[in-house]
Amino acid sequence: MNNVKFVQGNEACVEGALYAGVDFYAGYPITPSTEIAEHLSARLPARGGKFIQMEDEIASMCAIIGASLTGHKVMTATSGPGFSLKQEAIGYACMAEIPCVIVNVQRGGPSTGNPTHVGQGDINQARWGTHGDHAIIALTASNHQDVFSMTVEAFNLAETYRTPVILLLDEAVGHMREKLVIPEAGELETVDRLRTSVPKGVDYRPYLPREDGRLPMSDFGAEHRYNVTGLYHDMWGFPSASPRVVNELLRHLIDKIDNNSNAIIRYKEKFLEDADYVLISYGSSARSAIHLAKNRREKGEKIGVLELQTIWPFPAEIVREKCAGAR
Amino acid sequence: MAVQDLLRQRFFPHMWCPGCGHGTVLNSLLRAVLELGLSKNEIVMTSGIGCSARISGYVDFHSLHTLHGRALAFATGVKLSKPELTLLVPMGDGDALAIGGNHFIHAARRNIDITAIVMNNRIYGMTGGQFSPLSGIGVKATTAPYSTIDNNFDVVELATAAGATFVARSTTYHARECTELIKKAILHKGFSVVEILSQCPTHFGRKNREGDAGQMLENYKKITAKRGSKALEENPGLIGRGIFVEKEKPEYCQEYEKTIALAMKGAGR
Repeated sequence: MNNVKFVQGNEACVEGALYAGVDFYAGYPITPSTEIAEHLSARLPARGGKFIQMEDEIASMCAIIGASLTGHKVMTATSGPGFSLKQEAIGYACMAEIPCVIVNVQRGGPSTGNPTHVGQGDINQARWGTHGDHAIIALTASNHQDVFSMTVEAFNLAETYRTPVILLLDEAVGHMREKLVIPEAGELETVDRLRTSVPKGVDYRPYLPREDGRLPMSDFGAEHRYNVTGLYHDMWGFPSASPRVVNELLRHLIDKIDNNSNAIIRYKEKFLEDADYVLISYGSSARSAIHLAKNRREKGEKIGVLELQTIWPFPAEIVREKCAGAR
Repeated sequence: MAVQDLLRQRFFPHMWCPGCGHGTVLNSLLRAVLELGLSKNEIVMTSGIGCSARISGYVDFHSLHTLHGRALAFATGVKLSKPELTLLVPMGDGDALAIGGNHFIHAARRNIDITAIVMNNRIYGMTGGQFSPLSGIGVKATTAPYSTIDNNFDVVELATAAGATFVARSTTYHARECTELIKKAILHKGFSVVEILSQCPTHFGRKNREGDAGQMLENYKKITAKRGSKALEENPGLIGRGIFVEKEKPEYCQEYEKTIALAMKGAGR
């Protein structure tokens, strides 16, 4: 079976991205995420996609936003210091509602920290790293099969909600080798963004949400010409400082994710049925948590594990519910 | 089609001060687009932040008003992902060469087919008149009350050294010349830079006793001369106008097509 691979987590992420239909990647080398760029530099052009190594982390983030506007599925990958540098442009993608996926293979920090060792200290940066009020989606994975499927999920959510989605991996998961079974085409759902049905010559309002909060897009180069800006803007994308317009925009940016948190939240559980103690974890530390729970169960201690695969929006209800029976 | 047809009139009135040179740059740019007969749908204008950057809102092209200094990085993503589009990137002097300096030299190095227009008024206008990397020595600004001691970049020299394959300079006094240069820059296959000296009477002129907009424009006539002219030869202190670099070199997106062809043959595996 050639769909079974023995790969690093970073390669599982690449396979997931390709399965999801990524066709544009811009990046800058940084440990421990570099393998993602290396593999995509070979794989993307081989299927007609584009890979570009930019001059810095900021430029990489900006380039994928530009490429998303022409209708492509886009991604970049980085680690702590690069994630910090990308924050302003991540905020731009939140504000201008541009679908994109940012993989952060976490390492030790703050600052240069320890590039070759694992860290999980970027949870709050994923949520609050860019300035101003907004919502965000951040996903995690603890094994290679999940790295694959959560990467697909990251693209699906980015395209559905027109938002940056952050995939928070970590060095241990990214560099560890493990089995990966690549699903057949069609086995996992892949989602494309909505495109507008407004015909040529009819007023297209790129930032007028539908009733369900979604915004059908028009690709740059297609019939509808519109303005994209990081300023507060009205439904045509024109800058506006009207309190009503600003209020509606900010509410929309938050509500489109908050109101759909049930559809966005993913988690896994182990031994929770009778657990007196619940370990809540994600990424590589979720592996340790499961290992510990198994060992202690052999000694009669009822320990369970709740693995959060969606970190933002934070699954508060799930945590409350799953811990209800614990001591 | 007329110039007005290239404008988004509902965006007006524009936010530039009376006497600002940026409207003249916009005029020259739109005439270049008109005379080349480009379709509005094939043009993407990407800009950064500042007075200059607001230009992208006023034009009826696909427009992307981005972050301070990053216009060329966004434009690189647009262009590489859809090379058939024409990319116009007007930038201010601080936008292009201070915060955006890295993107400027690397876009030039790649020779990606983008037309960069540096609207050089030697000042940060939108924030109220701070000196920029193009102000030069001896300039008064709100952050240089004792006058500047910072050397300036020469846009033409910098762009040339970084690898731009079309480099030109003009001023808002020479609006028709600007149109001709921008036309050539757009037609050029590769990274093109057109520097246009553009007056800021509000912040630069007032502080530096250069007079009103009319006097600043007159000054552009006095301090510049055409490349190859006798005036320039006799007065090397004058600023040269015209085309400085125009050469053929492989363009980035076309080269990437070759990479795709190689990869599809399995060469990299």
